[in-house]
Amino acid sequence: MSEPVLLSLEDVAVDLPTPRGNLRAVDRVDLTIGAGRTLGIVGESGCGKTMLSRSILQLLPKKAKLSGRVIFDGQDLARLDPERLRKLRGKSLAVVFQDPMTSLNPVLTIGTQLIETLQEHLELDGQAARIRSAELLAAVGIPAAEQRLAQYPHQLSGGMRQRVAIAIALSCEPKLLIADEPTTALDVTIQAQILDLLAREQRRRHMAMILITHDLGVVAGRTDEVAVMYAGRVVERAPTPRLFKNMHMPYTEALLAAIPKIDAAPHTPLPAISGRPPDPTRPIPGCSFSPRCHYASSLCHREKPLLGTAESPDHQFACFHPISLAAGIEA
Amino acid sequence: MDAERSAGRAPLLEVQNLVVEYSVGGRTIHAVSGVSLEVERGETLGLVGESGCGKSTLGRAVLQLRRPQSGRVLFDGQDLTAMQGEALRKMRRRVQLIFQDPIASLNPRRRIGDIIAEPLVIAGVKDQKRREQLVHEVLSAVGLDPQLVAGRLPHEFSGGQCQRICIARALVLNPEFIVCDEPVSALDVSIRAQILNLLEDMKARFGLTLLFIAHDLAVVKAVSDRVAVMYLGRLCEVGPSEQLFAHPAHPYTALLIEAIPVPDPDVRPAESVAVGEPPSPMAPPSGCRFRTRCPRADQRCSEEMPELREVGPQQFAACHHPLIGAG
Repeated sequence: MSEPVLLSLEDVAVDLPTPRGNLRAVDRVDLTIGAGRTLGIVGESGCGKTMLSRSILQLLPKKAKLSGRVIFDGQDLARLDPERLRKLRGKSLAVVFQDPMTSLNPVLTIGTQLIETLQEHLELDGQAARIRSAELLAAVGIPAAEQRLAQYPHQLSGGMRQRVAIAIALSCEPKLLIADEPTTALDVTIQAQILDLLAREQRRRHMAMILITHDLGVVAGRTDEVAVMYAGRVVERAPTPRLFKNMHMPYTEALLAAIPKIDAAPHTPLPAISGRPPDPTRPIPGCSFSPRCHYASSLCHREKPLLGTAESPDHQFACFHPISLAAGIEA
Repeated sequence: MDAERSAGRAPLLEVQNLVVEYSVGGRTIHAVSGVSLEVERGETLGLVGESGCGKSTLGRAVLQLRRPQSGRVLFDGQDLTAMQGEALRKMRRRVQLIFQDPIASLNPRRRIGDIIAEPLVIAGVKDQKRREQLVHEVLSAVGLDPQLVAGRLPHEFSGGQCQRICIARALVLNPEFIVCDEPVSALDVSIRAQILNLLEDMKARFGLTLLFIAHDLAVVKAVSDRVAVMYLGRLCEVGPSEQLFAHPAHPYTALLIEAIPVPDPDVRPAESVAVGEPPSPMAPPSGCRFRTRCPRADQRCSEEMPELREVGPQQFAACHHPLIGAG
């Protein structure tokens, strides 16, 4: 990666107290993203991907305990005072959530919400902010942008609302956009449009983007790098083409195999992953995927493999028996 | 299976010119506008389309959970739309439904054993021992341990396990036909594959016929013999799965296939395959309802509603300018 590092997560962990005991939602994650790059974070429900994004934004639940460092643009966000954090969020650090209906204010017009963001962060006057708002709506593909400013979120379709949320996120030219399942609530034809829009704006603005999704198909064509999460940890991370061609982690392989393929014949049995992820309040001693893994040995049930590399420094994986590799991890 | 089931040559389900409309605030939503389709015995017909296309409404109208405005639903030769009361209830034992949200479709205060026994109670199986035996059989069939499961409450189970329980409940009356309405959409990828495989096993084991409704084309293809594509209340295309995916005739089918994200970085996503958004079902476009988003649309498409016609072997499309079989 030749680009300067924009965000680096160092040994980030998130603990949540629950009635059943401590829940470790994110377990000692190290990640970096360069300026202008796209990182896909893939995992199933409860793997910690959303908690990880919230720990970057410092939007964790009140009771959650964050440890480690979140260095964004040279500052540790975990130790930043609330006022400076507020100035940063929405300006150089923006986010698009899954459900635009809950991230937009239902009682304010689209225009008010856009103009407010622009005035707050860029100190534009009312007229300039209004003109800029209309331009932004047009840029994200909303027809009749001028008239839309006077409309409320409920008057728009789901796809249009997500476009508005993206326009707000892009309004202050952020350095990093976190898109947390931005298309999960949308239909497949609208999903394609929104992913195209995000990719286009990301390239045009040379903005870094973290695309969080449960869908390996979504990250395949649209990210530079992918991190796969399971049970709170990053279990494999590599440049996107490399990951898909030469995956080492059995979980990544199993996840990809379990997706129905459009070119497979009907009634082809799917290689399902048996069982389900472990209870996060009851951590197991070995590899958290070992109870469901075909390749697991007694070592896997006993010891937790650390994230390491083998033949390539940019391909990390946490497995004692990596696929298509003779030797294991060089820690 | 008993002789009666396999005897008939006619399709198990025939939907004829079905129309379902909802009235909302004095306006009419045209949810299903003249759909006809058939499901053969032992077949899985996939029904795909985006939100609001009417696919769930169609599924419910088949079961008479939503009474259609017009049209007929022939199940094993009998018109369900003409049935009332006891006759309809009797018929419903032969047709079951599985919903998208497995947790919401189980009563949180009742034990799993009772939830699955309920259809038997309604169907008049009075012997409690017999009911328990049937519940145990069906729980084992869906891969759950009856001893461990029957006495517990729904909240003790994950989404995937709850869907197994819903499938068990649908199977307990030994039905012939099941409408599966987005049965795996709420589940994670690793669990989704388990449930799809289970549905396939159950179909073979119990000799079922399925109407499988989903928005995910790859999921639909994985289980369906034939696929029907719906857009804004109308059928665009029906055909054998392999044929339809390899050679879509309707531009909307082609668009849906192109929009699927492929888990392969060498397949570059096609830029802006989909133009615009579906119009409101309150004011569907004249002529072909897809014309406002269709790259092939012309004057004729706005004036004349295209009828389904054969474009390939067993493949039918409602389009004036189909991608195959034109002229």
